[in-house]
Amino acid sequence: MSHEDILAGLAAIVNEVAGIPAETVQMEKSFVDDLDVDSLSMVEVVMACEDKFGVTIPDTEVKNLNTVADAVNYIAAHK
Amino acid sequence: MSRTVVVTGLGATTPLGGDVASTWQGLLAGESGITILEDPKFAELPVRIAAPVKVDPSNILEPHEIRRMDRSQQLALIAAREAWADAAIDSVDPERLGVAIATGVGGAISLMEQYDILKERGASRVSPMTVPMLMPNGPAAVVGLEVGAMAGVHTPVSACASGAEAIGYGAEMIRTGRADVVVCGGTEGCIHPLTIAAFAAMRALSTRHDNAAAASRPFDRDRDGFVMAEGSAIVVLESEEFAKARGAKIYGVYGGQGLAADAHHIAQPEPEGRGVMLAINRALKDADLSTKDIFHVNAHATSTPAGDVAEAKAIRKVLGADADHAPVTAVKGATGHLLGGAGSLAAIASILALRDRKVPPVANTINLDEGVDVDVVIGSPRDLPSGDLAALSNSFGFGGHDVVLAFRSV
Repeated sequence: MSHEDILAGLAAIVNEVAGIPAETVQMEKSFVDDLDVDSLSMVEVVMACEDKFGVTIPDTEVKNLNTVADAVNYIAAHK
Repeated sequence: MSRTVVVTGLGATTPLGGDVASTWQGLLAGESGITILEDPKFAELPVRIAAPVKVDPSNILEPHEIRRMDRSQQLALIAAREAWADAAIDSVDPERLGVAIATGVGGAISLMEQYDILKERGASRVSPMTVPMLMPNGPAAVVGLEVGAMAGVHTPVSACASGAEAIGYGAEMIRTGRADVVVCGGTEGCIHPLTIAAFAAMRALSTRHDNAAAASRPFDRDRDGFVMAEGSAIVVLESEEFAKARGAKIYGVYGGQGLAADAHHIAQPEPEGRGVMLAINRALKDADLSTKDIFHVNAHATSTPAGDVAEAKAIRKVLGADADHAPVTAVKGATGHLLGGAGSLAAIASILALRDRKVPPVANTINLDEGVDVDVVIGSPRDLPSGDLAALSNSFGFGGHDVVLAFRSV
């Protein structure tokens, strides 16, 4: 699965969880500062990513996922 | 300090319609929002009759709103948005804006759905929104965030009297000077196999499966129980001073409330209606009204064998001969029982009856129980006279809660 595919899947999840338009979910965006994804929504995003991409993202890693690119790269590396 | 409180905004989503106008027209026309539950998950239940909302919240709200809110919260938000838009308040100090929204059972569906997830998929898949979705103050909190209320956000809980108690609570916030504007009312969204099984286990529900639309028939001699419904009804209350200063449209005046308790049984109504009478008398006193001022009563009457007659007796005992000029209706024939939303829906119907001078009939009721000695409106709407009128709106709940609201015409 390419980075582009992961980004598209992640954008759909962020849209479904937080109502943020999928096209605004871009690699350089910060979940908290740019996309207004709060901590509860972030938990939901992580859970949905685990289901969708078949990865495990431990809580200790979630705090390092500041930008969309962080999440995409983590998923690509751990699939 | 006691200030006059007026009603300036109404909102509702009910089994009759997705807003106040369609709900009120449905009530006047004697329509029924009650149906058979066709979903297979209800198939094995002893009761498969209920009254879902006419307009599903998923047709109104965004997918992420549906996902983050319990159904009771979704319905409250829809009704509150309508009421808030109706009141058309351009500007209010957030510290003078309050919310009081009640529910009977809170986020029961969310609780049960998440328990299913816990059992089937484990703790790691339980939603982080579970607690905000199941907490009974959730609907009030959601609406408080929507309007930005900082005067206080509250949730009185008294089963099926909750929606009325919330309006009384909201009015007291204004009367005592804590707020100028309060968004208040009740909501319920808990039609689920377990809640139906539980009410059915109490033998509280109608089993008229051969004629579900007419299953709820308050005061009728053939009534056999209530029908579970869902929905929300929300009002905007303001101090008269605040409303007049901004030139607001005023539906009616909140007169006062009477609160009491039966001290009799956890679920059965007290047969002589002593708690009800106490609450009616207290409402009259709080609203500075006498029985001769009362020209309409919106009864709690849920269509259960015991409750309806006890309430009718209490109304006749307190109003005496003045009950002869106070036509009585009950919305539950049309809507079923909105539980935590019932009291505020009854309040809206009372306010609109005074405004339009028209009392809706009790849907489905044909033959009055011989124990009912009040003027129940049957068949078609009843006109009310011109001039200054007052109405009482009754709400009672399991636990023996008695809440009576009084409204005056403008």
